[in-house]
Amino acid sequence: MSKFTFPKSITSRPVYGTLEPREGSAHLMIADAEGAEAILDVATPEMMAKAHIIYIPKGEDFEDRLRALKPASFYAGPSYAAAQPRLHKFLADAKMGLQVYLAGTEGLIGQAQSAAMAAGIPHTAIQTEHRGSVARRMQCVHCKGITEDVETDPFVCSHCGLNLFVRDHYSRRLAAYQAVCIDAEDPGNVPEPKGIYE
Amino acid sequence: MSGADKIAVTVTDIVPLNELVTRFEFRRTDGGLLPTFSGGAHTVVEMRDGDITRMNPYSLMSDPMDQTAYCISVRRDDEGRGGSLFMHNKVAVGDEMVISYPVNLFSLDLRAKKHLFLAGGIGITPFMAQIKQLERFNCRWELHYACRSKDLGSYADELSAHHPNETHIYYDDQKQAIDLVNLLDGQPLGTHVYVCGPKGMIDWVRNTAKAEGWPREAIHYEEFLAPKPGKPFEVKLAISNKVIQVGEQESLLEAMEREGVDAPYLCRGGACGQCETRVIDYAGNFIHRDHWLDDAEHASGEKIMPCVSRFEGKTLVLDR
Amino acid sequence: MTIQFNDETFRDDYSFHNSEWAIKRFPFPFHEDSYMYSVNMEQHRGGPDGSVFEKRFDVDEHYVSEMKDRALVLADDPLRCQSLPHMTLAGWDLLELIMVSKSEDYPDLFELHRDGNAWRWINKPLGIDHSFTFLDEATLPYGPMEYITRQAQGDFAVLDQRDDNLWMDAGMVTTQADWSLDFDIGMNFFEWHAPVPLAHEKGIFVRALKFLLNIQQGSPARRLNWTMTVNPLLDTSPENYHKWGIQKTTLTPENIGAKQHLRVELQTFFRLPRSNALVFPIRCYLCSFQDLMTVPKWGRRLHRVIRDLPDELATYKGFIDNRPLMLDYLSKFDDGLPTSPGIWPDLDVEPALQK
Repeated sequence: MSKFTFPKSITSRPVYGTLEPREGSAHLMIADAEGAEAILDVATPEMMAKAHIIYIPKGEDFEDRLRALKPASFYAGPSYAAAQPRLHKFLADAKMGLQVYLAGTEGLIGQAQSAAMAAGIPHTAIQTEHRGSVARRMQCVHCKGITEDVETDPFVCSHCGLNLFVRDHYSRRLAAYQAVCIDAEDPGNVPEPKGIYE
Repeated sequence: MSGADKIAVTVTDIVPLNELVTRFEFRRTDGGLLPTFSGGAHTVVEMRDGDITRMNPYSLMSDPMDQTAYCISVRRDDEGRGGSLFMHNKVAVGDEMVISYPVNLFSLDLRAKKHLFLAGGIGITPFMAQIKQLERFNCRWELHYACRSKDLGSYADELSAHHPNETHIYYDDQKQAIDLVNLLDGQPLGTHVYVCGPKGMIDWVRNTAKAEGWPREAIHYEEFLAPKPGKPFEVKLAISNKVIQVGEQESLLEAMEREGVDAPYLCRGGACGQCETRVIDYAGNFIHRDHWLDDAEHASGEKIMPCVSRFEGKTLVLDR
Repeated sequence: MTIQFNDETFRDDYSFHNSEWAIKRFPFPFHEDSYMYSVNMEQHRGGPDGSVFEKRFDVDEHYVSEMKDRALVLADDPLRCQSLPHMTLAGWDLLELIMVSKSEDYPDLFELHRDGNAWRWINKPLGIDHSFTFLDEATLPYGPMEYITRQAQGDFAVLDQRDDNLWMDAGMVTTQADWSLDFDIGMNFFEWHAPVPLAHEKGIFVRALKFLLNIQQGSPARRLNWTMTVNPLLDTSPENYHKWGIQKTTLTPENIGAKQHLRVELQTFFRLPRSNALVFPIRCYLCSFQDLMTVPKWGRRLHRVIRDLPDELATYKGFIDNRPLMLDYLSKFDDGLPTSPGIWPDLDVEPALQK
């Protein structure tokens, strides 16, 4: 099972739910890897007639099953970055009443949510369901660089090389958690990295 | 002291628009400039009618950029408690009155890619100011305005003349009606809807938009309720240790103020939530009329909004 | 009174200093001998003559140097000042509020001349004489919020009000107590306060938000907040924490009186009329421990407050490691005598240190 129960945390940390069908003029569904399972769970033929699926497989094998749902349109791409121009075109043309469903890793959900919010959908109206990896998308507060798929705490910033600790403070606009230098007050004293939820 | 700060003004113009609606213009009595405001704001007008002081909220409908004068439009309510009748029958040019600083409980969402206004009758007034504000900044808007008849369509001609492409008028007596489902369908992502009018219209718009998959945050509404007369009742105020009588023609809030008990307020129309008061004990029935508390809170018997709600029964003890 | 502006720095050689006048008017934040969060709001409508509460926007001897420091921070990191697109009108509101307030409250320092939308602003301490068109961004060198907050002490958070919440959608933040505007911009009231310990459980933020949502035009409010800073460093940002964090480890019994500063924020709240937004100016005042100890009441009280503060708060405020050192120093100024209620120095009634 690809579901994980996140520990209770501070109010800025996103809370994920379970996708459910909603009334709407169209349905936009974006998922990566095992997020496909959440779409398969919620899909109904009635919904699929107005549904547009953007899927990033990340090596998982769900593409055929998603296609078999017969959505109004289907796209599978190699990365979220590759899917972005298509997503922005879709949102620019979209009308009120559009329902958005996001499923998969926190990085994918966060980035797609940020794009949908910029297009005018309040975050509370966007449905999310976490599936798969619990790795985090982290922003280095010092150099502003984003490090994707961070699994350990502390970790090394992939841009500036500082040793950073992982906070639960989260920015929807950046679609990232905050990472802060861990050895500023005692340079070189960096604890052994361990899993974020260990 | 409760409510927003006060401004001493003089009535400088009174213009009857039709048989029901009259426009009043206020300027500062001291000759200074009035505060600027944001479209959708209201002012609470104090009416000294003999021994009675009524305080009614009215939407500011003048240009928010114009600091020389404020305008409100008052619809005469022959069934009401007399506030609008006082304005229509007793206020004359040159009278000095007291109004509150502007308070906005119906502000524009300035992130909106498009503003869609739905007005019913006198509900047009906040939109008059909002339209002036949006025009100043070249924002995209559209108005759908339903009124009873051509004669009673306050400002309909003016709006149609100035903004022919944005303004759509519907006259009840010509069997014209807003085709809401069609109107909502196809609005660009990021559109916000604003509705001001009778409660039935507000409910209709909210419910229809919800059914069409619109987010709650994209629907804005305002309806001020005038307190309605009702049977007199007795209230015990626990903190001030007083037993007061609420008369037929006054609200519970007004009765408390008359007795020198300070209760906070902003809108006096059941919308802002400021006067929310805890019920300590009761035996009888509440007549809840506010928009602030939800159905469960109304049913709980634990809270009351004294600006518009009343009580019928033996005992009511409040935490004031 | 004409203010004598200090020539001083908040970095490198740290030549920042408070005059006698500045120490006496320092906004000491503890009204009793202990501290816990509260919604300690009051109306912001003046205060005792000469106090930091007297004017709508206090201008003091540090004004010119603080504005120089802000310019340095922004040159290094322009992201300290940001405004989401829908907040431009609120920026004009803020510009109007500050220009009108300062020109009325300090006519010898600032002048505002208005003829319709043709405005002329004169800022004598900073040597600015600028004519521009109100509501026309093209006539200013920066956006309206950035333009005016480069000329006003303290940080500014400009909050949009919608959906019964406040949203941090614009700000100028260069003198902050370790929070990042670039990270927090766009968050609502509960989200940007999420990292604060204990206060959520106490319902502080629910009550504070309710209060703030109802602040009306013409009725501003204020409160004090505080933390600790080693060296008079204004820019204690998370962005630069990897550079300044190490300074926290330089305290010694010999230098603590001069190096350790109590950092107080005078937070005020004004409704902005044209946009219905709320501006939240956060004005930072610094005072070294040794200067604070010249007021006997503050010496006694600061020791008791720091001694009894819950560990969570000392950790959150970033001085848990230095607390023992602080208490060693402060205890020398606490003779156990009772203190008078309230924040004022009460120099004429409080006895001198009895040890």
